[in-house]
Formats: sequence, structure tokens, C-alpha cells
Amino acid sequence: MNRAEKEAYLRDYELLKKQGKPFFPYAVMKDSTMALIVVAVIIVMALVLGAEQGPKADPTTTTYTPRPEWYFFFLFEVLRVIKPPALVPLATIIIPTIAMVLLLLLPFYDRGAQRRPERRPIAMTALLMTVVVMAYLTYAGATAGPPSQIDVKVPPQYEAGKLVVAQSGCLACHKIGDNGNGTLGPNLTQIGARIPRNAILRSLKAGPGIMPSFQSLGEQRLNQVADFLSYLK
Amino acid sequence: MKVPVPRALSKPQKPAEQGNGAGPAVKEAPADLVGWLDERTGGSSFLTGMLFRKVPKGTNWLYTLGSATLFAFTVQAVTGVFLAMFYTPSPTQAYSSITHLTNDVFLGEFVRGMHKWGASVMIILIFLHMARTFILGAYKYPRELNWVIGVTLLILTMIMGFTGYLLPFDQRSFWATTVGNNINGTGPFIGPYLADFLYGGPEFGATTLSRFYSIHMLLVPGLIIALIGAHLFLVVKLGTTAPPWLEPKRSRAIIKEEEL
Repeated sequence: MNRAEKEAYLRDYELLKKQGKPFFPYAVMKDSTMALIVVAVIIVMALVLGAEQGPKADPTTTTYTPRPEWYFFFLFEVLRVIKPPALVPLATIIIPTIAMVLLLLLPFYDRGAQRRPERRPIAMTALLMTVVVMAYLTYAGATAGPPSQIDVKVPPQYEAGKLVVAQSGCLACHKIGDNGNGTLGPNLTQIGARIPRNAILRSLKAGPGIMPSFQSLGEQRLNQVADFLSYLK
Repeated sequence: MKVPVPRALSKPQKPAEQGNGAGPAVKEAPADLVGWLDERTGGSSFLTGMLFRKVPKGTNWLYTLGSATLFAFTVQAVTGVFLAMFYTPSPTQAYSSITHLTNDVFLGEFVRGMHKWGASVMIILIFLHMARTFILGAYKYPRELNWVIGVTLLILTMIMGFTGYLLPFDQRSFWATTVGNNINGTGPFIGPYLADFLYGGPEFGATTLSRFYSIHMLLVPGLIIALIGAHLFLVVKLGTTAPPWLEPKRSRAIIKEEEL
């Protein structure tokens, strides 16, 4: 906006304000009605949906699937989609920070005098795209599994072991199918074809090389993991 | 029906010819409380100025989203105070204090439900308010600064959501917070320090809950209240926008004056 446009805006605004109505009671009436609707909606939600208390926090469990509040689902989804470890900070911090800075500084790069939406095609396109992307990411995040999900299909008797593997951080070093980081440990996609079940179990307990011991998972879970891994052929 | 309004709060009259150059005259000793307060604070002219300021032509329901957000925040503040009366921010007692609040305290679950769902309502209202501001171009000159304050308030509200999620200390909140803080830890440069700061150590420990609690109920709400004050100050000072399609009616005298 140049100086003439600023002055024209302020002049028009002054006139519109003069031709308007006093804040009290006209705007106050609308605002209070809206406030009543808001509190009514909150009360109805509190009564209908309640505030359920889940099981107590237990830092030693490894089989719990973390779910954030719904307005963080988009972040959750970005994290799920971007898998290579070098790019993880990109998904977790860098992209959200850039988006926030762009949002924060909006009035400083969009300085045109035009305010009518139908005459701001770039701004409206950007808005539409942002809404679509956010809605898609939120939906995908809401319906998807956790970032540690393993997409390999297994018969139901191996599901328990798969869940333990997903929750125990195995994918931090190993790759299974398309999931996980194959940088530190060997690829486990066909581990069952190379190593017999009891050798897998031994490795899990002993922690060969840089791999930590998973003895703390307990006998039952270790057996489930060994079942699942030896099935992968 | 006409509501009786104290004289000091009634709509100001056009200033009449008065004064004789000898400085402001001391008002008659006021008999009412409002008058007494007004004489010492000058508050009534501020209040009447606020109440009877003109709102531009074309102001419609879309312009109530900001005050609705403020109201949702007020609901959060009030319910939060009551929750704080029963909550113990320690890893050993947090869960049982919530159980006690939910099951034993009169209306406990209801107030907790209002706080929980009020947070979602507030986030939705913020996004709607922001969409209205964006679509109608209300962030443009001279209101750029208020957009910046508003986005900062959005970020602070998201921080409220993140820190508050841990407090019930059930499985869901514990693991979501663990993942969330691991995400913080992956950030470049300040990431690990931020994660350390939030946990109060290298990992989840005895002080983590009280840290989240104090951020959730002292630090961030304080910032939010201060910024809401600044936001509202600018709203009153600059005025709310009119829909961008509206053109003011111009009398002939005004057109003539503008041409000069």
C-alpha cells in the first residue's frame, strides 16, 4: 500500500465508522448471544462426551500406541510420512517453523491494498490449499497408526509380536519392509529365512554388537517377537 | 423497559460551552459510589468511550468470532482454577487426584469435561476467527501488528494444548507427551535443550509433571492474558474492520471536500 492508498482507506473507514452503530448495545448483543452459544456447546460436549480417565501412565509398557490431541494429528502424519532419519528434523521442526513464520509475517509480504477476497486470487488459492492440506493431514493422522507402524501383513497369531517390535524401538535401527531406518542394523524383512528362531531369541536377549539387550521385555514378549521375526521370510 | 444507568455511565452529551479559562472546575461532591470512583480514576469516560464507540457499517455475525474465542478462554480459565484446587502435580499422586476429582468431587467430571472439550472449541474458534480475518483482508494496514499478536496467541494456545495433555497422567497422555518431547528433541540447535528444559532433565522424571503444570497454569496463561490485552487495546484503538465490499455513503459536501 502506498501513502495515497493508506489515506484513502483511513478516510473510507472513518466514514463507515460514522455511519455505523454504537458498540453498545448492537455489537454487545451479538457477542453475548455468541458467548451463550459457545458455553452451551461446551456444556453439552462435557455432558455427552464426558472426561474419561484412561489407564494409569506406565513408563515400562512398550505396547501402548501414542495418540496426540486431534489438532496435532497433522504433525503426527507429517512425521509418519517422512521416514529417512536425516529428514526427520525437517518434518518435526523445520517445516512447522517455516509455516509458522510465513503465517506470522503474512501482513508484511502481502501488502496490496485490495481487501475483497474475489480480487485476491493468490491469497485465496493459498488459503484453499492450506485448508485442503491441513484437512487431509489431520484426517490421515487420525486414521493412521503410530509412527512406529509396521505395514507388513501377518496372520493374526503374529500380530502381538509385531506390535512389540513396533513399540520397542526396533525400527530405529532396522528396516522391515518399507518401515524403519535401515542404517545401523541389518534389514529384517526376510530375517526368518536367514536365521533360525532360537538364534533370533538369543540375539534379542544378548544384544550382539551395538544392539542393546531386550531381556527386560520378559520371556512372553520376547517369544512373541521371535515368532513374528521368524515368520518374516 | 428503561434500565436505570448511573449518571457517570450514561451516554456522554455533546460538550457544551463551559469553563472560564480558570482550569477544570471541581465537580459537585458525588453522592454515589460510581461517581466517587469516577472522580478518582476518570474511568467513566473510558468506559463510555468503549461502550458507545461506533462500530462500522456492515458488522455481522462473523465479527463475533474473536469475542467468542475470548469467552472460550474465560471458560478455560474458570474451570482450570477449579481443577487446580484438586490436582496434585506429582507422578505418584497425579493420577489418583484426577480419579478422586472425577469420581468423588461434586460436578468434578463435568468441570473436567468442560475444560477438556473447551480446549477443542477454543482451537476451532481461533481458526475460524483467523479465517475470517484472512478472507476479509482485515490483517492489512493499519492492523498488521494485531495479526502478529493473534498468530502468537494461536501458538501459545497450541502450547497450552500440549502441556495440558500430560496432566491427567494416563497412558494416552504420557505416551503422547513422550513422543511430542522426542519430536522437540530432534530440532536443530535448540531442540535438545528445549526437550531437557521441558523434562527437567534428560528424561521423564519426578519434576517433569510440576514443570508442565507450572507452564500450563502460570507461564503461558500469563502471556496469553497479556497478549489478549494488547490485542483488545489495538482492536479498540484501530476499530474493527468493515466488510471490504462496503463503500461509505458520501454526501455532496464530503465529495467536494475530498476533491480539494
